[in-house]
Amino acid sequence: MGIETEYGISVPGDPTANPMILSGQVVNAYASAQGIRAAHASWDYADEAPLRDARGFDMARGVADPSQLTDEEDPTLANVVLTNGARLYVDHAHPEYSSPEVTSPRAAVAYDRAGELIMAESVRRLSQVPPGVNLYKNNTDGKGQSYGTHENYLMRRETPFTEIVRHLVPFFVTRQVFTGSGRVGIGMDSRKAGFQLSQRSDFFEVEVGLETTLKRPIINTRDEPHAVADLYRRLHVIIGDANHCDVANLLKLGTTSLVLAMIEDRAIDLDLTVARPVATLQKISHDPSCAELIELRDGSTTTAVQLQWRYRELAERYLQERYAGEVDADTAEVMHWWGVVLDKLERDPSGAAREVDWVGKQQVMQGYIDRDGLEWSDPRLRAIDIQWSDVRADKGIFHKLRRAGRFEELVTDEQVHEAVHEPPADTRAYFRGKCLEKYPDQIAAASWDSVIFDIPGQPSLQRVPMLEPLRGTRASVGALLDRSPDAETLLRELASASG
Amino acid sequence: MPSQEQSRPQRRDDAPDEAPEPTPASPEASARKENLDSDIDSVLDEIDGVLESNAEEFVRGFVQKGGQ
Repeated sequence: MGIETEYGISVPGDPTANPMILSGQVVNAYASAQGIRAAHASWDYADEAPLRDARGFDMARGVADPSQLTDEEDPTLANVVLTNGARLYVDHAHPEYSSPEVTSPRAAVAYDRAGELIMAESVRRLSQVPPGVNLYKNNTDGKGQSYGTHENYLMRRETPFTEIVRHLVPFFVTRQVFTGSGRVGIGMDSRKAGFQLSQRSDFFEVEVGLETTLKRPIINTRDEPHAVADLYRRLHVIIGDANHCDVANLLKLGTTSLVLAMIEDRAIDLDLTVARPVATLQKISHDPSCAELIELRDGSTTTAVQLQWRYRELAERYLQERYAGEVDADTAEVMHWWGVVLDKLERDPSGAAREVDWVGKQQVMQGYIDRDGLEWSDPRLRAIDIQWSDVRADKGIFHKLRRAGRFEELVTDEQVHEAVHEPPADTRAYFRGKCLEKYPDQIAAASWDSVIFDIPGQPSLQRVPMLEPLRGTRASVGALLDRSPDAETLLRELASASG
Repeated sequence: MPSQEQSRPQRRDDAPDEAPEPTPASPEASARKENLDSDIDSVLDEIDGVLESNAEEFVRGFVQKGGQ
């Protein structure tokens, strides 16, 4: 699994600055400080297929919106691979950090936070030439535009997509009670004053679809596995908010993984399909009491929190039946917080201010309303909403409050700092990141599923495919990398090892 | 279909002993509320210190192009 985040970008005092060029500067500022030259670690697009649809057909390039053509290389756009195995690049008009592949939600949280530090470092460097560039880990400008935080999950290819849709839509419609990051303003362009749970919910228009930039679907069908296509699919989830709270972020990844595991193992025997999913998604987002009733297709009514309890109960039974309750520490942690947070939300949502982004944000907003008599339409509240996600430690409101101890922390600062440079040990990101660290001058390009070497004196580039996400770990290639002083030795040993 | 009734976490049920009491809040609860209020006030003071001085202009200037 992994998280990709597009950051909001602006130049203080200059709303007309070109965001594509600025985003390129953000990437280059960080890359050049790390000694990464774009030409030496650019992206290999050979296996990218953004128009492949999980339902079994390709979209014709001619009818695709230009923003969907993410595989056409533009030399003016910066695009690098980092030593932690992540990709840092310009996606449309935003700098994006795509975390390396990890195997636990806890690691995903650490690498997601590492991305914030990387963006903050870039901002610090760019600030040396005023007015600099500011970056925001949020998902909307409140004026009608949204940009994404996507999750990716590796799934077995054999799982029917219709099953994924059936069981995932109700889960996604309701999980925002704990994954929402909070937003001032109702409607895509905030035409109504008020506060809602999610940054993204008002931007979704259909239940299932291929698009990500327009007519956004609750379930995205992009089928670009970056792995052995016959065995795996990559479920590309576009409905999440960018989280700051560790607990919310852990739950976002962890509960979704559990539900996907149950779908793969055919362990869900209930149909929790909600009536009018898009309208229901927005209704839940617009209800900070979390008490409003929603309708299921079978005619019954429930609340979003109750529906999440149903999924948790299914997960509890699944773990009991499959593992006799003997689950790993990561799963136990997810189940623990899932229960704790739902319980708090059910009693009184304000009790979840230490765990859930939107609750913490709303509490601060309510403080301002009470102290200064503000209305929800007040620009100060909208300013706080934006500045909440400023990546700078001294300006970002979340970061200030975090340091004041107001949020539950699951990952230490030391672990996050380590994740800025070190790749995860247990996926192919280890091989990618370590090659970038050890042989930066001998790598022509890299991607999720390949590293391309340019060995001095050799007539052609050499491509190492990495289509198995769990190969290339420290256990399998760590010793080999340690004893290979240069890429030529590494490739020779790899070739002899594979016969 | 599994036949056994799922065990629901205790916390989920509205147990009768947890019904809201109509009695006035205890002194401890009032003190907690006051602590929470002064706590929030100090948070707001801290935020005041870093908040953009011209909120309206700052909000107007935060314009993004759409992304994925």
